[in-house]
Formats: sequence, C-alpha cells, structure tokens
Amino acid sequence: MSDVLDRPETGEGFHSVGTRPIRPDGIEKVTGRAAFGADFVMPGMLYGRIKRSPHAHAKIVSVDARKALALPGVKAVVSGADFPDLADELIEGGEAASSMRDLAWNVMARQKALYEGHAVAAVAATSPTIAEAALDLIEVTYEPLPHVIDVEDAMAPNAPVLHAHIFTEGLEERPKLPSNIARKHQFVRGDVDAALAAADVVVEGRYTTKSVHQGYIEPHACVASMGPDGQGQIWSSSQGHFMVRTYCAKVLKLDISDLRVTPAEIGGGFGGKTTVYLEPVALLLSRHAGAPVKLVMSRDEVFRATGPTSGGVIEVKLGAKKDGTITAAEVTLKFQAGAFPGSPVGTACMTALACYDIPNFRIVGWDVVTNSPKTAAYRAPGAPISAFGVESAMDDLALKLGMDPVDLRDKNGARDGVKAAYGPTFQNIGFLQALHALKQHPNYDVPLGPNQGRGIAVGFWFNVGGESTAAVHIGEDGTATVVTGNPDIGGSRASMAIMAAETLGISVEDVRPVVADTASIGYSMLTGGSRTTFATGMAVVRAAEKVVENLKARAAKIWDTSPENVEWSAGKAHCLDASKGEQKPLTLKGLAAQSARTGGPVSAEVSLNAQGAGPGFAAHMCDVEVDPETGHVTVLRYTATQDVGRAIHPSYVEGQMQGGVAQGVGWALNEEYIYDSEGRMENAGFLDYRVPVASDLPMIDTVMIEVPNPRHPYGAKGVGEAPIVPPLAAVANAVRRAIGVRMPDLPLSPPKIRAAIDAAR
Amino acid sequence: MSKIHVTAVVNGDTAEFLTDPGTTLLDALRDELGLTGSKEGCGSGDCGACSVIVDGRLVCSCLMLAAEAEGHRIETIEGMAHSGDLHPLQQKFLEHAALQCGFCTPGLLVAAKALLDTNPDPTEEETRYWLAGNLCRCTGYDKVIRAVLDAAAVLRQERRAA
Repeated sequence: MSDVLDRPETGEGFHSVGTRPIRPDGIEKVTGRAAFGADFVMPGMLYGRIKRSPHAHAKIVSVDARKALALPGVKAVVSGADFPDLADELIEGGEAASSMRDLAWNVMARQKALYEGHAVAAVAATSPTIAEAALDLIEVTYEPLPHVIDVEDAMAPNAPVLHAHIFTEGLEERPKLPSNIARKHQFVRGDVDAALAAADVVVEGRYTTKSVHQGYIEPHACVASMGPDGQGQIWSSSQGHFMVRTYCAKVLKLDISDLRVTPAEIGGGFGGKTTVYLEPVALLLSRHAGAPVKLVMSRDEVFRATGPTSGGVIEVKLGAKKDGTITAAEVTLKFQAGAFPGSPVGTACMTALACYDIPNFRIVGWDVVTNSPKTAAYRAPGAPISAFGVESAMDDLALKLGMDPVDLRDKNGARDGVKAAYGPTFQNIGFLQALHALKQHPNYDVPLGPNQGRGIAVGFWFNVGGESTAAVHIGEDGTATVVTGNPDIGGSRASMAIMAAETLGISVEDVRPVVADTASIGYSMLTGGSRTTFATGMAVVRAAEKVVENLKARAAKIWDTSPENVEWSAGKAHCLDASKGEQKPLTLKGLAAQSARTGGPVSAEVSLNAQGAGPGFAAHMCDVEVDPETGHVTVLRYTATQDVGRAIHPSYVEGQMQGGVAQGVGWALNEEYIYDSEGRMENAGFLDYRVPVASDLPMIDTVMIEVPNPRHPYGAKGVGEAPIVPPLAAVANAVRRAIGVRMPDLPLSPPKIRAAIDAAR
Repeated sequence: MSKIHVTAVVNGDTAEFLTDPGTTLLDALRDELGLTGSKEGCGSGDCGACSVIVDGRLVCSCLMLAAEAEGHRIETIEGMAHSGDLHPLQQKFLEHAALQCGFCTPGLLVAAKALLDTNPDPTEEETRYWLAGNLCRCTGYDKVIRAVLDAAAVLRQERRAA
C-alpha cells in the first residue's frame, strides 16, 4: 500500500511534477542494452588485474616484477613506486573532504599494506588469463606487523599504531604520541551532568554495530586510455565522473583538462562509488603499456578492498521527566575508520539527536583507524549507527515510562523553530507529520500474536545541495534535450525530464535527458548526499527558465512588442499587448521551427551552487515474529513514512524509501564483516555475507508526506538517505518487544537471539 | 590448450563460437557473442545477475561452462522482446518502476520469465521464493514482486484471449 498525503487532488496545478511517467532510460535497462562499467570495450584493449595484500598489516619490503614482465603477453606492471608522492592535501568531494594522500595510498599501497586486500601492484596483459597468471609472478616481500580491527582495541594505549603521523585532533592539547585515534568530535549544549542528576527517569545502554558493505550488485569497473601526449580518457561506473576526473588528476599529478571521463550506467553505489579505486591504476597501466586497459573487480575484491561503512560502539544515556519530557542526552560514538582517517562519526554525531528538541546534551565521537578497508560513504553515512543506539534507548525510555513510543517521540520531536543539535534552526520540516502518519496507518492497529513485536524508530538526514550544471537545448522540432553531469543511479533522468517539462510546458515524452561526459557539460558534484533532484534539478529548472525567457523574447520580436507583454504558459507564448489585437499563441514547437530566423539555436546552460537543501525525516514501524526455537526473525510488516518535500516522480521516491528499508533490515538482521584471527575477511561473498533476498521481506508500505522545500522551484527535498536511518532500531525494538529482551549488538542473528531467549528463561 | 568449437541456439538463432575449456557461459555470451545484457555480480552463483534459460531451465550462466552449451537452446535478456515489442514482464517492470539502477534487472526479468513459463499464476510467496536467487540492492523487491504478479495476470489474460 502506498499513499501520498497532503497533496490536493489537483496536484497543485502541476502537469508533470508528481506524475509517474515511464523513465526515459527504462527500455535500455529492461532489454539489456544499457552499458554498465564492465560492458565497455576498446580496440587493442588490455586486461588488468590487481595484486592485493594477504596481510592485514605488513611492511612492504620489496616488489619484484621481473618474472611477471617476462611472461609473454604481459605489457606493464605498476606498484606504489610508480605513483607520484603527494602532499597531505584535503579536497572537497561529495559528502566529505578526503585527504588526497590517503586516497592515493589507498589506491596503491606505499611502504605498508594496511588491510587484507590493499592493492600492492597491478598488471596489464593481452588476456585476463595471462593477467591472472602474472599476478602470481609478481614477488612481494612482506614483513607482517601486528594488526587491530576492533574499534576499542584500536583505541587502547598498547594497540599497534597504523600511522606514525596521526596525533589525535580535536583534543585540548595535542598528544605527545601518535595513536589510531584520528579525531575527537564534540557537540555540547547546556549542562548535561546536572540535568541527568535531576532527571526523574534515566535509561542507558551500550550498543554495537558491525562493519557492513554497501552491497551494490555491480562490481567496480573501468576502461582507461592514456596516449603518449598525456591525454587521458576514462569510461567508468561511478557516482560522479567529475569526481573521477579530479581524483585521477590529483593522484597522478595530471592537468584536469587532460582527462575526459565518460560515465557508464552505474549498477548501484549507495555512497560506495564516491571515490576511486581502479581508475588511476588503469590510467597508469595504460600509460606504461601504451594501450587502453580494462580493470574489473571480482565480488571478493569488492568486499575486501572497497566500502564498507564503520562498525561502531554507541553509548547512550537519556534523562527525562515523569511526563516524558527529555531533559538530557549523552551520546558517545566510537567508529572504525578503516585504514585511513575519515569514518562517518562526525555526521553520526550531528544526526544523533537531530530528531529531538533536547535542552542539555553532550555528543562525543571518536574517529579511529583500523586494519580494515578504508570506509566509504554508505547512504546517510554514520546516521543509522548513531540512530540505532539513540532509538534503542528511546524505546527503553518509552517502556520505562509506560508511554506509547510514538507519543514519546511526538512530545520531544523536532519542529519548525527548533535549533538542531548540530547548529541550524529547522524550518519547513515535516517530522511530526511523518510520526502522526505512522499512527494513522492501518498497520498501527493490526493486532499482534505470540512471539510478535512492533518496533518504532525515527531518523534524520541533512540532504545537501552544492555545485551543479545543466543545459537545455531545444531542437528545431520543439523537443528538448536536458544535459546534466550526474550519473543516474535510481531514476534521476526521469525527475530531470519531469522538471524540465513542467517548466517548459511540454510533455515529459518530448524531453530527452542525457548524462554527459566531463567535456560536454560544466562541472557537477557527484550523485550523493541526496542532492541530485534538489541541486541538479534546480540547475535544470533555471536553464529551462532561461530558455523560456529566450522564447518569450523571440515571440515579442515576432509580435513587435516588448517581452514583458508576453506570457508563457502551457508551452505557448501568449501576447498580452492589447494594441496588437488578437494574436494566436505561439507554441514552443512553432517558435523552435523558426529559430534560425529569430536569433539562432534555442539553448541555455546554467551552473549554480545550490543552497537550502531541506532535511529529511523518516518514521518507521516494523512488525516481527521471532521463532523461539531457531531464533530466526521474520519481518511481518514494514511501514515507512517520510517528509519528502515534494515527490517529483512518486514511484521513485517510494522506491528510495523501500530500498533504504531493505538495506537497513539487512544491517539489523544479517550483514556483518567477519574476520579471522589474522585479520582476514572470512565472508567475502554473497553466500556468506547475506544481503536481504526477496523471500526475506514483506511488501514495504510507504507514506510520503509533502512539506515543500521553499528553496527549490518545485519543493524537492532529498529522499534517498533518510529511509536507511531508522530500520536498525525499528527492527531491534520490534525484537525487544517480541522476546522481552534488549538485543544491543547487531546483527540480530539467530544464534544471538537464541542465546538471549535462553538466558532470559 | 586449443579452443573448443561450440554451436548453440541463442535467442532462436544458431550461434557459433570458440571458447577456452575454462570459460564460463557468461563470459562467452558477453565477450564472444557481445550479449552484455547478462551481468556478473558475483561469479559464484549467488546474485542471479547472469540468469539465462537453458532448454527451459533457469541457470546462472556464471556457473556453466561455455563448452557445455553445445547443442542447447539458450535464452538471454536480449531475446525477451520480440521485434521491438516488450515482453509483459519488461513492460510491467517499467510501469511499476521496478528498477532503480537496472543492473540486476536483466537477471530478474529472465528469472521471472522462467517462473511464469512454468507457473502462470504464482502467489506472492511463490514469487518471492523463486526470485530469492536474484539479489537487488536498490528496490527492496516490493515493486519487483508487484510487477511480476501484474505481468502474470496480463499473460493469463493474453492466453485466455488466444
């Protein structure tokens, strides 16, 4: 079941926004014609492979490629020594700043391998079989070092130190010794200790989550070609080809204008394709070999060397009055960053209490490096982890107070005018409406049977705007081409076409959206942070508006009047100048047909830096049944409500909500990185790293609340990330209510649940 | 190591290719025949993105050797639409917005066709279990299941009309 609340039947006068046309790239994707990363080939192309460290932590003593290079068919071998040295420079890219030196070292190890799967060398050969054989002939001598993967072990004073140059930032005094603690984050308001001491009721808990992978089904893939003139081309699957261009230029010290990156279709990313792993290696191999090089990861490599997000420890203490007013909150977060600093603990801190209006709080986060893959962004980075702790504690507070869990959140919920824990004051937010929709949903009143439980949890994500470019070109037949620089990861071509059609006043079918390469459209930040429909959509609307202004000026010329006397509506110019008598409106098609005579091509490109992204709030309700014999959890029903601003294409908004829920349910019940005592991942495949399959889930009921964002021409807010924030706690709270025991450690696997039930008996 | 000559019927047409003994059917389809609609998501039979139908049976083409295709009939996603007319499953996937990134979509469509070829009126539960071998990370399966059930209804109606 799926509903849109708060939308008048009229659709507020829109003819395209809010409709559900078939996506413009749909037929390509249901017929197998769409070209993804691994589908691209070039004449004379070589096949690359990457040699990876078998050790979780080791000094690289030497890399000897002589035997590999002697193998017939091998055209190039590169290792860390072939890459330029970089200064420690921070660069903005998508959702967080990255250190270019760390990024370069992650792409190819220098001096030390920092996790199992860390790239140490790469080869290009005339066939995949020869490349594979050559890998074994590259001789790497290691000196294994003690490793550490658990976040609290890594924080301990006697832990093996990954980087001699990391001295904890964010402390009052710079520490004297290096450690694995890269940074302390802190957000404080009021006097939390006094408020906790004065509280009528206090609940506290310690919760843990395991590292999980984004789990996109398409492994990373690219083809790169670099000529002797230093001009490079890349075809790859990523969340941003401009990001690929920038990062490759930095890692290899090239000029940005010497690189051209063409986006392939992307087979899922969820944040995990907001960085580069293969592209700089393929470029360097191509430069050495003098031929294009293709690199495609195996699933095993995807698990061992890309993603994941942090495992974390979350400590929460809440203080409240008897009536349920929360007076104090203390949250401590410890996150695995992987091999280099930059876990999402900062955003986890900022989002931890964002759903609530709490006068006294202290939120502390620790970013800790560990001998595991460098974490990459994963859908609302960090927020699901802190929300798991906070929302579990909220559920315990509701139980302790004897309050309905929705009412407790309603009483303390963020609303317009509330100053968020991370700084800004909320305006035009729909959190309470989302909560109320949960209570109004028929699922809220479905009676529960034995061993069944109902869990409530909520979540927040900022959503971002940022730099985007779009161009609108009108063909001489009156159809429109909309060009953007954002890979379409979940139907954004459809939303771009809808917004352009709405602004131009033509039908969506007459708009062809195109995702262009880096040389064919101006810069755009990557597809991430739930920014594309908001920011790139804004650029599309502004470009379409410029086209309309241009068409009005042409109509004015034809009518010999001023443009102010021309009105544009329903795809036509109307003459308002009474002195011209009754003028037949000029259609876009008609104006386009005579464009050559009225000033040339009708075309506009707009670059902007979109501000004013509206935050997303989600409220979820999950019903489970726990089998007391096996400990298996069945999700019976799932209801997701969310303030979506305005749903441009409602089906794809629902799809984002449902997809976020499914990923969150996997995180809650099944998914985890499992390491052996040597720090090697034991479940690097989809058989043992179990993402939800169709038979694991019920239908996922969605309710879209529309509180339009006044900073976007059609009211859009980002929608993709908020829905993964509540499910971890929604599932855990449902299990808590089904079995009567709080399960603080994810995933809630059957053996753990069996043990908890047995212990409680 | 000499190549093996293989003759098979692929999407109704005779196809001939040379293959190494260790090459998978998936790689032969993609690299020798240029049929890149079948995808490799795992290479171990866990994700279903490479699903094809061999003599009426649903198979992960990454788990079958290309040489084993000799003399068999293979259906891939490229053969699902006939002379430009989409199969009802393809049409319903579009109407229900049952794809987001689209990478698992060819495999899901082929697997769903294999279901409906043998069971024209599956329940939601039967559909979910049949498609449990096809991972989709984007959609949460809701719209996929609805699209398959809707396509099944269309196909039943078409059969009645025929």
